[in-house]
Amino acid sequence: MLDAANPIPMMTINGCIIVAIRDDLDDQEIVSLQDRLVEEVAKRNAHGVVIDISSLEIVDTFAGRMLAAMAQMARVMNARTIVVGMRPAVAMTLVELGMTLDGVETALNADRAINAIVSDRSNKL
Amino acid sequence: MPNETTVASIIINDYDRVLAEWLKVQTAEGVKRTDLVSGKESEQQSRELLSAMAKAMPKEATDDDLDLAEAGWEPVRDALEDIAENRTQRGVSTTEMGWFIGALKQPLFKMLQSELGEKPRVLMREIWNATRLIDQISLHAIETLVSKREAIIERQRAEMTEVAAPVVKIWDSIVTVPLIGTLDSFRAQTVMENLLDAIVQWEAEVAIIDITGVSTVDTMVAQHLLKTASAVRLMGAECVICGISPKIAQTVVNLGVELPNIVTRVDLESGLAYAFDRLGVQVGRGSAGA
Repeated sequence: MLDAANPIPMMTINGCIIVAIRDDLDDQEIVSLQDRLVEEVAKRNAHGVVIDISSLEIVDTFAGRMLAAMAQMARVMNARTIVVGMRPAVAMTLVELGMTLDGVETALNADRAINAIVSDRSNKL
Repeated sequence: MPNETTVASIIINDYDRVLAEWLKVQTAEGVKRTDLVSGKESEQQSRELLSAMAKAMPKEATDDDLDLAEAGWEPVRDALEDIAENRTQRGVSTTEMGWFIGALKQPLFKMLQSELGEKPRVLMREIWNATRLIDQISLHAIETLVSKREAIIERQRAEMTEVAAPVVKIWDSIVTVPLIGTLDSFRAQTVMENLLDAIVQWEAEVAIIDITGVSTVDTMVAQHLLKTASAVRLMGAECVICGISPKIAQTVVNLGVELPNIVTRVDLESGLAYAFDRLGVQVGRGSAGA
């Protein structure tokens, strides 16, 4: 069980927040993760967020919606959000559920996502 | 009544005569498909089935309690299995299979009548028993024949789906799947699974689906393609659909099917060019070609 003393690790590298979501999250913990993430974006003035969901074996409609919401929130705070590492089975389930997560940017792994964010950043500067 | 003539006693004691008569009726009824099953084979199969029946009959009930599923009937079931196996491969129809066994009725009835002609009540009972027995055997035979055929169909279908959706890596970070034939839900699912797995395996950034070989593109096929493209995007790769011929373009527009947010190209060549462009790969003629 996750609690206040054992939260999901969240690290910021070079202005880019990296979160790896674990498999055993319940709805309550996803909501608290969302709170912490937007706090972190504001505090660090981050320009990128990478959410790694490679350990998620099941993504239901709620989790899918929260992912989309997180991406949108980070974007309005000027942080580019990329969801990485979705498993084939999860992708197929989401498509069958009609959740194509159109507003969410995706990448195959964290490496590619960070590269994209960093090169995007250096182009802008 | 151990000495009374029954179906069982006829088959056991007058085995050779029953067999000879049966083969004669088979010929007369025209169920001897000599083009598919040679006369010798047919005779061999009839002999095996009849001897299996003669073997099983002393042990099992042949009256109203008849049940082919009983252990004692195993040799009969095995013999039917072999015959069905052989005849499935030759393409014998179910009707012919049914008649093949059904032809046994006539000799049995004739012999029962000559033996029990003076005892109509016993005769009726035995004819009824014989009918039940032959019907059950022929139904079982047809059942076996059909299940053998279904097994063949199932095997071929599995082989077809296996060979029909090969995902190949054609460049660093580019995978492609050429689709051939019709795209039903089952195959679309297989294609999607294979493609997504390949994306993970080869860390692909662009997935090219080539539909040049797909015979028809209707709303269903478009739906499947759309789903696949969405799933590919969720995995973090981009999907390109190639092989949109002029005919397909017309059909798609006339059907009102939309393929939003999907890159489409005329052929594999231009699809590959798009992928190269996306990945920043430059292709040109080297000095050797000049």
